[in-house]
Amino acid sequence: MTEPTTMKRQPTDWKSPDMVQRIKRRYAAERRFKAMGMVAILISVAFLAFLLISMASNGARGFMRTDVRLPIDFPASTLMVDPASFKGSSDDVDQLLAGLDFEGPVAAAAEQAYGAEGGALLADSAWLIVRDAIKADPTLLTRKAELWVPASSDVDIAYKGEGEKPMRDRVAAMKQAGQVTSGFNLGFLTGADATDPTIVGIWGAFKGSLLTMIVTLLFAFPVGVFSAIYLEEYAPRNRWTDLIEVSINNLAAVPSIIFGLLGLAVFLGLFPTLRSAPIIGGMTLALMTMPVIVIAGRNAIKAVPPSIRDAALGIGASPVQVVFHHVLPLALPGILTGTIIGMARALGETAPLLMVGMRAFISAPPASFTEPATVLPVQIFLWSDEVSRGFVEKTSAAIIVLLVFLLAMNGLAIYLRNRFETRW
Amino acid sequence: MIQIAIFLVIGLALVGFAVGRGRATAFSVGRTAAAVRPHSRPNHHGAHVLLWTLVPALLLLLLSSALVPPLVNDAVLSSLPAAQRPQNPMDRAALLDEVRSIAAGESSGGFIAASNSLVPAYKVASAKFNGIATGLILLVAVIGGLFGFSRVRPDFRARTKVERLTMTVLLLASLIAILTTIGIVGSLLFESMRFFSMVSPLSFLFGTHWSPQASTGAAVDVTAFGAIPLFWGTVFIGAIIAMLVAIPFGLMSAIYLTQYADPRVRTWLKPTLELLAGVPTVVYGYFAALTIAPPLRDFAVSIGISSASSESALAAGLVMGVMIIPFVSSMADDSIAAVPQAMRDGSLAMGATPSETIKRVLVPAALPGIVGGVLLAVSRAIGETMIVVMAAGLAANLTLNPFASVTTVTTQIVQLMTGDTEFDSPKTLAAFALGLVLFLVTLALNIIALRVVKKYREAYD
Repeated sequence: MTEPTTMKRQPTDWKSPDMVQRIKRRYAAERRFKAMGMVAILISVAFLAFLLISMASNGARGFMRTDVRLPIDFPASTLMVDPASFKGSSDDVDQLLAGLDFEGPVAAAAEQAYGAEGGALLADSAWLIVRDAIKADPTLLTRKAELWVPASSDVDIAYKGEGEKPMRDRVAAMKQAGQVTSGFNLGFLTGADATDPTIVGIWGAFKGSLLTMIVTLLFAFPVGVFSAIYLEEYAPRNRWTDLIEVSINNLAAVPSIIFGLLGLAVFLGLFPTLRSAPIIGGMTLALMTMPVIVIAGRNAIKAVPPSIRDAALGIGASPVQVVFHHVLPLALPGILTGTIIGMARALGETAPLLMVGMRAFISAPPASFTEPATVLPVQIFLWSDEVSRGFVEKTSAAIIVLLVFLLAMNGLAIYLRNRFETRW
Repeated sequence: MIQIAIFLVIGLALVGFAVGRGRATAFSVGRTAAAVRPHSRPNHHGAHVLLWTLVPALLLLLLSSALVPPLVNDAVLSSLPAAQRPQNPMDRAALLDEVRSIAAGESSGGFIAASNSLVPAYKVASAKFNGIATGLILLVAVIGGLFGFSRVRPDFRARTKVERLTMTVLLLASLIAILTTIGIVGSLLFESMRFFSMVSPLSFLFGTHWSPQASTGAAVDVTAFGAIPLFWGTVFIGAIIAMLVAIPFGLMSAIYLTQYADPRVRTWLKPTLELLAGVPTVVYGYFAALTIAPPLRDFAVSIGISSASSESALAAGLVMGVMIIPFVSSMADDSIAAVPQAMRDGSLAMGATPSETIKRVLVPAALPGIVGGVLLAVSRAIGETMIVVMAAGLAANLTLNPFASVTTVTTQIVQLMTGDTEFDSPKTLAAFALGLVLFLVTLALNIIALRVVKKYREAYD
């Protein structure tokens, strides 16, 4: 192709071997490119599926608990207490029980039933179950009884078919003899954090999340909707409103941990006694969620056609009436969708809450907005740091609980959008 | 007592609303043509009375909640003989705290001897001052309500007044965004200045040695705050490894979804892909640390990299890249969709295959938008915290080896802040300096990205 071919140009011979070859190549490249696109998206989806399946398979076992049958001969045990003394108010009984040593007799009973290493079969917290059983029925103390108490993590893992071989064989033998059983762990849904993985529960962290989300919603929703209304409907175009707009757009892109530093420096600086409290965590998350609500709200308000405003103004409504009687109700589905998505993000957020101290060890669910609390994602983070093997499946189980709630919230947002959003 | 006051004030306000509304309704009943036509609707008159009852009383409540405790404290202290009064403000605060908790029934006895004897005095003083405050609040509510009610007349412009307040509230709400920005910049700058008064900014920004844990108490090792290894770790994980995953996968996904996929498949695949962005980062972190990192380390060891760590930059970066895929994909999707249809049609009409059209026409035309999207993705990746905290480790290494452990800015912020926080040690203040750098960099990335996108839009609209 070195000499100019402008003088005598031949029509392209599409049937020539060269051209056929070339078209083949181009079509092959086309197919390859398309396949690459498909592979890219399939790999992404496969990763999601792998993540969800591995969490689900690990976590499903976290909802199960293995129990060991523990025969205790109470009269022969070292538990020196007269059943008749279980009278009076429940406070008195609690005080009486607090003064007793249950760990010794329980360990002794385990050794008697399962040999020298029997104590290692039981969870560290097994004596709590025995104590509660006696509290519920003091007459147990006068006879031999069989109680089901939580098994240790090793037994639990062996029961589920993992762990070391000797323990697996041992547990298999016990299973044959009906000495171990496994069932749904209701305590996981109703309990709080603990040092022993067999008795930890998610309710404490869940309630903390709930309280935090309530605070976030109460602060972020009104402020977000009001600023969206102001900016979209009333704000004059000047330097100030530009500044507000720029701040909101930037806040939406600020890394969440920066909000944590803000909460630490400002909120905890003002109220140092409220460290770890849901109200501080909720306010920190509210600052983070507000821009999301403002942006969603402005888009929803913008989508309401001007003819609606003109009509309302035309029959004598004031500008405030136009917005609150006509524009806002029509924009509400869009605003709510944005709010739910923002809240779902806040629910999964960990870093800013670590900053304001919500990583404390909380063994009882928080009763109010000002008590120390932790939240679901932080609980997951704390459990993932634990060395004990029993925490692995508890972490996955907590992740399942969190994901179920996020999925439900996103599902609700999609439903709201499809059900109520009007296309103009 | 204060709670009762709040409920009473709200109750009074509701009564005020009903009464004001009722009286205003009467204006239009049996109105003759000659009478004045009422300016506002009954609801506006009602709301006007309600606001006059509620707002001054609530302002007073706020004021009293700030004023009453000091007054009570003074009264309690002055009931002690002068010789027994603690001189030191710390002791005084501890004593008063104890008295308060005993009086509230939260604890049964105090450690400080005087506290038990002060409880009756505290109860008397607290009842007295709270009683006065409650009385005043109720009085203000009643006076406000009566004043508001006295103005319910047909020619009174209640709507104008109520709407003016509504507008003020709306304006104040939108100012909170500015306040938040000022709060962020202010607190970061203030604490960073304190840090830079101890450690010079140059040795912070350009030093290569990071071990803040070494400085304990008063002994500050100013050379241990060189943040270059942190910046490198952040860039390595967030801007290099994560983007090597996110850009090809995100771009190809967007191309497939917009250009090839059947619309029915697209309506399912796109939300599924976006689920990746909805998974909380703590879940990704756990997944990276537990499922991805161990096989990666085994692989590295098997190919002869003995320094491979189970907390590798690669594990964190890969998972972070996957998290960013939907972000890149949706930005690329938007900018490809914004390319004028005529350009695509022109290319196809010239005989180009769809893939040639995409590679030679659509992607180059959409490039500014895609680049802007990638910049936003980078800014999100370097600000991401939990994945790197859980999977990337704490060792501040300046290394190119993706299997080694590196640390990032966000990891170190968490690390420095979640120990024992004393607010004046350079260790905690360093976290604010790192936060400031992170804030400025993400801000710059966002501004540049928006500029790039905006410039491109002007070219085609």
